Amino acid sequence: MKRTIPLLITGLAGIVLVLSYFFPFSEGWGEEAAIWFDVLASVAFVLGGGNLLKIHLQKVSDRRAGWGYSVITLLAFAITLVVGLSKWGVHPSEQFPAYAWSGSYREIGSPFWWLYEYAFKPLTATMFAMLAFYVASAAFRAFRAKNTEAILLLGTAFIILLGRTAAGPALTSWLPDSLAGLKIENLTVTIMKVANTAGNRAIMIGIALGIASTSLKVLLGVDRSHLGGGEG
Amino acid sequence: MIERLKTLDRRWIFLLVFLSVSLPILFEAQFPETPTALARSTFDAIESLPSGSKILLSYDYDPASEGELGPMATAFAYHCAAKGHKLYFMALWPVGSQMIDDTIANVIRADFPQMEYGRDYVNLGFKSGNEGVIKVVVTDFRQLYTTDAFGTDIDDIPMCQGVTSVQDMDLVINVSAGYPGTKEWVQYAVTAYPDQIKLVGGCTGVQAPLLYPYIPDQLPGLLGAIKGAAEYEKLVVDHYHLEDNPKYHEGLRRMGPQLVAHLLMILLIIAGNVVYFAEKRGGGQ
Repeated sequence: MKRTIPLLITGLAGIVLVLSYFFPFSEGWGEEAAIWFDVLASVAFVLGGGNLLKIHLQKVSDRRAGWGYSVITLLAFAITLVVGLSKWGVHPSEQFPAYAWSGSYREIGSPFWWLYEYAFKPLTATMFAMLAFYVASAAFRAFRAKNTEAILLLGTAFIILLGRTAAGPALTSWLPDSLAGLKIENLTVTIMKVANTAGNRAIMIGIALGIASTSLKVLLGVDRSHLGGGEG
Repeated sequence: MIERLKTLDRRWIFLLVFLSVSLPILFEAQFPETPTALARSTFDAIESLPSGSKILLSYDYDPASEGELGPMATAFAYHCAAKGHKLYFMALWPVGSQMIDDTIANVIRADFPQMEYGRDYVNLGFKSGNEGVIKVVVTDFRQLYTTDAFGTDIDDIPMCQGVTSVQDMDLVINVSAGYPGTKEWVQYAVTAYPDQIKLVGGCTGVQAPLLYPYIPDQLPGLLGAIKGAAEYEKLVVDHYHLEDNPKYHEGLRRMGPQLVAHLLMILLIIAGNVVYFAEKRGGGQ
């Protein structure tokens, strides 16, 4: 039962979605399945929170390596959740002044807004910005012209790197109009439009065929990996 | 020299990256931008619509990619507002709501105080479900959006009356940092209703190559990263005479650090290869 019911739900929802794409009479069924999916996606946030608690509480309780980070994660999670759900420091909205919780949880100046503005925002931006440092270090240490393919990749990288800035047009502005195609900004466009598009289309078609065959296996219950391990 | 490069501490590289980004910011280095065909077609898609057209703006990004996408989100909102379009904001990313708040505060409330909430623009907020949300709203908006982001009944919002689905929008603009984003909008909205839904977008640099296969039929306009934003800004600034408003030059300003950082990257790759070939010649690897 533990495996049969999820298999039936998967198969039914999948078949309904496929049918709804091809047959107008079943369009509403597909919409219904999509709404159920959205409801489940919202519930998944609760499951995700529960899972986060379980994993990190276990790590803290077992005093595993790095358990201190888990304490920080749990504290950050708990504080954000309490502050956000309780709408701490939020004023009632002008529309419903009689209801204490009617204000927006994102109200400027509220503790939740403060957490977002001064903790979440700079931390995520910093994490992303640090990529530039690691990419530069990797470019120096790993990007070697070892063979023909690597040389082609290097040449393309140089053209794109220059073409995506004002340096590219400045470097080749002296070229006559008859050789306009060789100007770096035009070469960049050609690489993106021709080589990149052709390669990506081939990959996308391959992936689509793979997804179609895998989906069919999932719908027919042949592939049950999405149900996780264990016997039902 | 080669020996020093061989054993170069990576902290020197980090310092060079820091300088290459910070110096152009400090000295406010700006370079000219020439809009490409893609930036022009994005601009034209908004400009060619008659005033009062309905535009759905889906802000599917977060503060991590604000550096790349913030300027184009600002420019999109300005362009639509200046043209007199009706703006419907939504988000498929949880913190997309905050990105919408920022844009509304910095662009609409600051530069278009005459625009009225509910009549000229509305914030529909975030909905969970990724592409599932797109799949539903392309046929029935009200199945998911019964209220706006502040809990107001959607039927009480004047500009939402008569809007039944995304097909009623004259244009969809998506600012995308990944999944779900422009790719999902193409696959689940434009592909399903090619005659009814028109989409233009802006995305991060790593996403742009993956979206090129959809150009021009499914995606007539695309702004790739800060370069695309700068080109689009240039068109908006020139057309609406915003030369003196620094808020709408952010993309152009951020191209300065990008230029120097890209040049540094090229120099580092060349230096790395010089070391590699010197080692090879010296009987190394």
